[in-house]
Amino acid sequence: MEPYFSAFKNYQKNGGGSGPTWLKDLRESAIASFGKLGFPTVRNEDWKYTNVEPIVSTAFERREQKTTSSGAVTVEEISALSFANPAPSRLVFLDGVYASKLSEVRGLPRGVRVESLAEALRGNDELLHSHLSRYVRYQQQSFVALNTAFVEDGALVFIPRGAVVEEPIYLIFVSTGDDRPVVFHPRNLIVLDEGGQARIVESHVGKGSGAYFANSVTEIVGGVGASIEHYLLQREGSGGFHVGALEAHLSAQCNLSAHSIALAGSLIRNDLHVLLNGEGAECNLNGLYLVDGKRHVDNHTEIEHCSPRAKSQELYKGILSDSARGVFNGKILVHKDAQKSDARQTNKNLVLSKDAVINTKPQLEIYADDVKCSHGSTVGQLDRDALFYLQSRGIGWGEAQSLLSYAFASDVTSRIKIAAMRSRLDDYLMMKFSSQQDAIQS
Amino acid sequence: MLEIKNLQAQVGDNEILRGINLRVGAGEVHAIMGPNGSGKSTLAHVLAGRENVQVTAGEVTYAGSDLLAMTPEVRAREGIFLAFQYPVEIPGISTTYFLKAAVNAVRKHRGLEELDAMEFLALIKDKMKLVEMDQSLLNRPLNEGFSGGEKKRNEILQMAVLDPKLAILDETDSGLDIDALRIVAGGVNALRRPDRAMIVITHYQRLLDYIVPDFIHVLHQGRIIKSGTKELALELEIKGYDWIKSEAGALP
Repeated sequence: MEPYFSAFKNYQKNGGGSGPTWLKDLRESAIASFGKLGFPTVRNEDWKYTNVEPIVSTAFERREQKTTSSGAVTVEEISALSFANPAPSRLVFLDGVYASKLSEVRGLPRGVRVESLAEALRGNDELLHSHLSRYVRYQQQSFVALNTAFVEDGALVFIPRGAVVEEPIYLIFVSTGDDRPVVFHPRNLIVLDEGGQARIVESHVGKGSGAYFANSVTEIVGGVGASIEHYLLQREGSGGFHVGALEAHLSAQCNLSAHSIALAGSLIRNDLHVLLNGEGAECNLNGLYLVDGKRHVDNHTEIEHCSPRAKSQELYKGILSDSARGVFNGKILVHKDAQKSDARQTNKNLVLSKDAVINTKPQLEIYADDVKCSHGSTVGQLDRDALFYLQSRGIGWGEAQSLLSYAFASDVTSRIKIAAMRSRLDDYLMMKFSSQQDAIQS
Repeated sequence: MLEIKNLQAQVGDNEILRGINLRVGAGEVHAIMGPNGSGKSTLAHVLAGRENVQVTAGEVTYAGSDLLAMTPEVRAREGIFLAFQYPVEIPGISTTYFLKAAVNAVRKHRGLEELDAMEFLALIKDKMKLVEMDQSLLNRPLNEGFSGGEKKRNEILQMAVLDPKLAILDETDSGLDIDALRIVAGGVNALRRPDRAMIVITHYQRLLDYIVPDFIHVLHQGRIIKSGTKELALELEIKGYDWIKSEAGALP
């Protein structure tokens, strides 16, 4: 932990100490929380199956603002990695730092803000003051505390009342594959006012194979009747560690679709917390994790029903091969006043090798008496009957396996509403499964 | 084309086939009948290469080669086709995608050019007429939500596009109403050719009113206990299986 404290002191002297008082106070309060909490260990129930020792023991360096040259990557490269069209609005961050040359924002309705958080923080922005860090629980979550202490850059998205942004907004975080291990703390704030609508793709991609640590936090605030699609795409480099928190607070009749697609990275831990904090609020959580080699992916999701007639639906699917490790922990908490809650959760895992392991744990805590709740989790192998059926039509065993893996993932990918992203992801999955089979057979 | 000698097989610890002998020549249609549990479907699965059926003795020669040494996919590419009694539903793979993968795997093995999307579609549309299948099914996930009739038509469509030398129809009539049965059987009849053999497995005589076989074999307790021509089916229809069973029981 010590390197982080000295980095913080350094940061206070170089930029981190500037800005409005509330921000300085926030950072100091957060570093104090981090000091109190420390890094989680496997003795902590929430971290039982995810050992962050590789993160703790690596000497990551904080990337100073403006030290990564934008020449390190091209827009085409970034778009391809993010399954994005090069055209739409995008903010690009290189090793956590906003890269204006690679970014583009245009054609947005009046009043919509899509900008770098660092720039917004330089002014005394009222929106930031009222929302930033008002939703996360950094007093309890050590990585969120660490992110908050170093809060500096990321994206600010604001959708004013009634504004509808149809084109997806891409927030793309690229690790450039530096030779030294770097740490960055992307921080995003997404605020939708009453009736606002937006699609946001938060994409984390890694170019190189070196070690780095992305510690991201995203806060989403949905006003009454707002509609949000959020896509978290993780395609980290082979040496990339990513701990990410997504905190969403939804008002009445607000609708959130949160998609989480974890494709690559050495260790990924996602904490997703949705608060259904108004009558009729609704969330649909949709997750896919593909884990191979010795990689590790941990998804913790928590949905809190705080008001009556809120609805949540969750489908997370994982495909594990080689000696990969996966964790799914899905908690649904229905508070006393949240009558007529409707909560459904499903976690399904396909385990393709005998050395791969998945720990899955659904948790229901219900304090209301008139609710509809269901949950279920499965762990299984490919269906023998289906394999034989495909083989009996001349399709080779390997191709049959990859087809069925693809089919398994498809009810998650088919829910992706951005057509271009869905079709590129489909292509990627098909290619990925085929190459896995080629590797097994050779 | 196909020669089965003393084939014995088990599923788990259950002995199912206890010495099957059968010769099927090109252009012939053989019906295999028998009561439930006699081993009809197991025989079909052994020929297609189902791994959960263990062959314990005997041999199967197909077009001069040892069939049992081949993987299921190689058997299919070499021209063996099994129409399933219960076609498997595979959500997430469209019927078109599946058919194209199958056709091209088979064509590649046979030294033919793989079909591109246009050529493939032309082929499919042509063959779909054979079983009066609705084109909208092509874009749906494979067999998912298909009616019993649609599933069986889809099986015959696959048979038509994969162009097999030996087709094995496993209870293709089960679950079909009379109209669907007529359409499916019509498709099968249209696929009869002098160089193509068929083995039609059924419990009931009624399918054989539509697909008229050259030979009929009665399977009982894992053995063929009686063989004959199509007239045998009528006799079975009238008398049931019991008279053959007792006749077989009387054999030394």
